[in-house]
Amino acid sequence: MTAALLFEQFLNGLQFGLMLFLMSAGLTLVFGVMGLINLAHGSLFMIGAFFCAAAAGLTGNFWLGLAAGMAAAAAAGALIEMTVLRRLYSRDHLDQVLATYALILILSEGTKILFGPFPLYLDVPPLLTGTVNLGLTEYPLYRLALIGFGLLVAVGLWFLIARTRLGVRIRAGENDREMIAALGVNIRALYTVVFALGAGLAGMAGALVGAVQSVQVGMGEPVLILAFVVIVIGGIGSIRGAMVGALMVGIIDTMGRFLLPRIFATFMEVNQASGVGAALASMLIYLLMALVLVIKPKGLFPIHG
Amino acid sequence: MADIKREYALNALLALGLLLVPIWALYNGAPFTITLFTRIAILALAGIGLNIALGLGGMVSFGHAVYFGLGGYVAGILAQHAFNGAPILGLPGTNQMLIIWPVAMVLSGLLAAVIGAFSLRTSGIFFIMITLAFAQMVYYFAVSWPAYGGEDGLPIYVRNQFPGLNTMRPFELFIVCWGVLMLALGVFALIRASRFGAALMAIRQNPDRVASLGINPFGVKLAAFVISGMITGLAGALMADLSRFASPAAMAWTMSGELIVIIILGGTGRLFGPVAGAAFLVGFEVFFGGLTEHWKLWLGLVLLAAVLFNRGGIVALIAGRERLG
Repeated sequence: MTAALLFEQFLNGLQFGLMLFLMSAGLTLVFGVMGLINLAHGSLFMIGAFFCAAAAGLTGNFWLGLAAGMAAAAAAGALIEMTVLRRLYSRDHLDQVLATYALILILSEGTKILFGPFPLYLDVPPLLTGTVNLGLTEYPLYRLALIGFGLLVAVGLWFLIARTRLGVRIRAGENDREMIAALGVNIRALYTVVFALGAGLAGMAGALVGAVQSVQVGMGEPVLILAFVVIVIGGIGSIRGAMVGALMVGIIDTMGRFLLPRIFATFMEVNQASGVGAALASMLIYLLMALVLVIKPKGLFPIHG
Repeated sequence: MADIKREYALNALLALGLLLVPIWALYNGAPFTITLFTRIAILALAGIGLNIALGLGGMVSFGHAVYFGLGGYVAGILAQHAFNGAPILGLPGTNQMLIIWPVAMVLSGLLAAVIGAFSLRTSGIFFIMITLAFAQMVYYFAVSWPAYGGEDGLPIYVRNQFPGLNTMRPFELFIVCWGVLMLALGVFALIRASRFGAALMAIRQNPDRVASLGINPFGVKLAAFVISGMITGLAGALMADLSRFASPAAMAWTMSGELIVIIILGGTGRLFGPVAGAAFLVGFEVFFGGLTEHWKLWLGLVLLAAVLFNRGGIVALIAGRERLG
């Protein structure tokens, strides 16, 4: 095991973490502002990837595809917010779970009807193909770009929340929904905008990740569950928590899968070590979550006290 | 009162219908129908487990598939060791259901105790996500652990045995499952009518008041959660025997969702809610699955409509929304 390999895995973890952040940011905002648990967030990720792959295939341009993916996810988000989710804000979490589970079924089958049952493939844009020399190691340029892109979006999101009028309203909405409605803010429109924003971020993540994996129905749910782990660790409703949680989950998961089998191999048979190591590595982030819950039951950065 | 009579009538209809249709199928040579009804009985049993936690205790566990899957693995692993003669943890394997069931229930209960001890520190949305995450953890462990099939699952070549019956015959396996289901319904009714059940339902409505009466809500909830996991684990062992396959898919989050769907569609906290829900779900899949490959789209729409417009499920539709507890 060399420093170069370790560095490469660290970068992979960083990239994974930043993509998770794009997913978690929307999920945590929607919960923070509307108090809604949205299982269909993974479907929006999938919609972003599918529309990106289809549009990129049609036009031959990845960037048009990315824009199409984000727009489609945001539009789908706004649509389901206005037709379905709006009726659920005052319901208990069980109804929300069930309704958004139903939405997963509808959106997954809908995607199958629209795009066919086979996976789509999305090529890395020509501008970002190849590798780049980082001194220690050669690293794929596209993955490096994902890291940069993720950081850029994170900064943009911070600016939006901390420095703009919309951001003030979102933060106010997290603190006291009734009060900002009483102050004359159109709360229904705000909810739709927040939901579309989160959906657009999920769609962006789906489109970006779509170029390094196959685009298929069901791709959203594993990411959704990881995003749940992220926001439980970070504290539900907190963007900062989502960032910290996403980076922790991304890096620990990636490094664990890389290191644990090798560590076990130092005192076990190689075959057995890879089995035990892989099995344990897949549990690592959940153990991290359990640990965080024992120490801070409301996550690392709880928004309400 | 009329509503209660209607609920009793519906319950009797469900219990008897579940028995009579397979008997009819037995004499008319329709083994597929028997297998279908066995599936309904087993899913209903798993639902009864969840109904204790969710329906009576208000604990929205989105990870109950983990017990369902674990029960299946117990059946599969013990059968495999009985088959190849290798001991497991120093003990021999077995293909006797009467030994497999208690093992599945004890292990499911232990797992539920561990998961519950962490998850019940939280409530609301946290609880939903954490139960889901723990279930996924065990799921990924099962998928990546190669000793018992990993991703491929574990086949059960010959169904485990029940004394005096030939479980390889569909109807005899069905009778076993139906009997267990009736027993579990009895247990559910007993729990609901007991002091423990009263405490559990009171905690769902107002934990602080219950605590002020000197009852520890955490202990009651944890006990209910463990019982709940045990029953769902037993259902898992039966399902593995029915499909002759212990599958990691039985642990997947979609299964947890399906269990919630079963009890919500049927009627949360209602005695026969899970039976009605399981019958509806399996019936829907068979009927619409035969019409279109996109039946899940229609299931989604029906579910959505049920959540938005009809609260209380099938039992409430027929017998009114007022329920015991």
